[in-house]
Amino acid sequence: MTAVTDEVLSFDEAMEKYDPVLGFEVHVELNTKTKMFSSAPNAFGDVPNTNVTPVDLGLPGVLPVVNGVAVESAIKIGLALNCKIAEKCYFARKNYFYPDTPKNFQTSQFEDPIAYDGHIDIELADGTVFRVEIERAHMEEDAGKLTHMGGSTGRIQGAEFSLVDYNRAGVPLIEIVTKPIEGAGSRAPELAKAYVAAIREIVKNLGVSDARMERGNVRCDANVSLRPHDRETFGTRTETKNVNSLRSVEHAVRYEIQRHAAVLDSGTPIIQETRHWHEDTRSTTSGRPKSDADDYRYFPEPDLVPVVTNDAWIEKLRAELPEPPAERRKRLQADWGYSDAEFRDVVNAGVMSSIEDTIAAGVSAAVARKWWMGEISRRAKLADVEPAELGVTPELIVELNALIESGKINDKLSRDVLDGVLAGEGTPAEVVEKRGLAVVSDDGPLLEAIDGALAAQPDVADKIRGGKIQAVGAIVGGVMKATRGQADAGRVRELILQRLGVEG
Amino acid sequence: MAEINRDDVAHLARLAHIDMNDDELDRMAEELAVIVDAIKTVSEVAGDDVPATSHPIPLSNVFRDDVVGETLSNEEALLGAPDNADGRFKVPAILDGE
Repeated sequence: MTAVTDEVLSFDEAMEKYDPVLGFEVHVELNTKTKMFSSAPNAFGDVPNTNVTPVDLGLPGVLPVVNGVAVESAIKIGLALNCKIAEKCYFARKNYFYPDTPKNFQTSQFEDPIAYDGHIDIELADGTVFRVEIERAHMEEDAGKLTHMGGSTGRIQGAEFSLVDYNRAGVPLIEIVTKPIEGAGSRAPELAKAYVAAIREIVKNLGVSDARMERGNVRCDANVSLRPHDRETFGTRTETKNVNSLRSVEHAVRYEIQRHAAVLDSGTPIIQETRHWHEDTRSTTSGRPKSDADDYRYFPEPDLVPVVTNDAWIEKLRAELPEPPAERRKRLQADWGYSDAEFRDVVNAGVMSSIEDTIAAGVSAAVARKWWMGEISRRAKLADVEPAELGVTPELIVELNALIESGKINDKLSRDVLDGVLAGEGTPAEVVEKRGLAVVSDDGPLLEAIDGALAAQPDVADKIRGGKIQAVGAIVGGVMKATRGQADAGRVRELILQRLGVEG
Repeated sequence: MAEINRDDVAHLARLAHIDMNDDELDRMAEELAVIVDAIKTVSEVAGDDVPATSHPIPLSNVFRDDVVGETLSNEEALLGAPDNADGRFKVPAILDGE
């Protein structure tokens, strides 16, 4: 849509010359049943303008009332981010005129957020831990949804009019603001992604948000500025709005670093402004100028009384917090004895909880990993779904494993059994029966196949006779092929060695 | 002494998207200055030891249970709208917004 493409410097060159400073504002939609200040349903995807009350439409004479559960969710988020919780805080009106807010102000918090001065430790892919300081987390409400009509691209430029749905207006939001993040260097894009992923994970783990980025439950505004390595004062920043996937966050930060570097190299100053991220071109375009003194004429909300906390309340909420995700991972890795690389793969594949459940159902950590990282992940990739969505239950894995351990089936056959179970043919045992999948354990047919395989590869047979035991694999392979995988490979090996008169 | 001048009024009018002509700005600056001065008398009785008070009634933690209540129907919601389409409020396209 933009005719002008901004100049960018290569990322490496930008890093040689400049030091990036980041800052994030992440908006988290809470999953309360009702809105922040009205009893309208907080629900996604309903008929437009049906989840609204006079409060949400800002009709004259209405009075908001605070959702108590949303306040507790805000405190829980604050505690999970190691924040201090305000003893007393107020709501404030942030005044602006735009059709997404029918009241002409957003009810938010200004000078005294409910949570402040926190931090979270972000672990990057290689295990490096980076501490991000949290400035504040405050309560506010979401705005309505505008759809721009008449323009060729659905974007606001060229639009003739806009349609507004206020179902989202008033949905509880927690805005989490970081302090400036310095020292990330070339890891800045990676850190940006990891930070947003960590926030998403935390709020999901707390159960206070559905945390679905594709639905806008977690939205990120990313601030980027550059400064020469030898300078301490921050450069001018830009704020890239609504970067709404983890991948986009990483790309947007990388792009802005490269664009800033090119602008600074050309000797022109960075314009302080908002930028819009375009996933299709992986670039940003200029939004509106933004100064630090955006004039929202904040003032205390007269219709809402202050929120006052006390130690007993805060400690009760703290006691309800689930184990933090990072600590849970550490505990599980130690329990299961996986290597760092193995565990990271498990986490990245999204099967950690599935493995935990499967181990609880009664198999070893190694067996659980073998299934979830092997056959189940493979099938998930083919079907383009999450492994947990395939319908493989921990109990099913326990049964399949028992069949393998008893020697009734082998690994290869277990995949056919899984096929049958997923196709609704019954329990694993029933599928073995119906499909005739049991391992051939009668030595007669095996010996026949072994003789065939030895005759087909006489040179290999000679090698084995001569003491090269490891060559036996080729013969085992031939036998497995001949029996269509229905042989017990261990038994086949024994029989081959016996046949050739060699000690295993 | 006036705490509010014509420039302040012009700035506020712009923020509030209110179109005001020169005469209106002059008159409003004068009237608002009188109001601001009148309210300033509060400072004469409230010394430095009295914090700015936005909520004079000692109430806190008025919360609502998280229970869904009555909502407007789509038709009711749109009753007061100057224009609508597809069950939504129809507004002029406005650039330069959040």
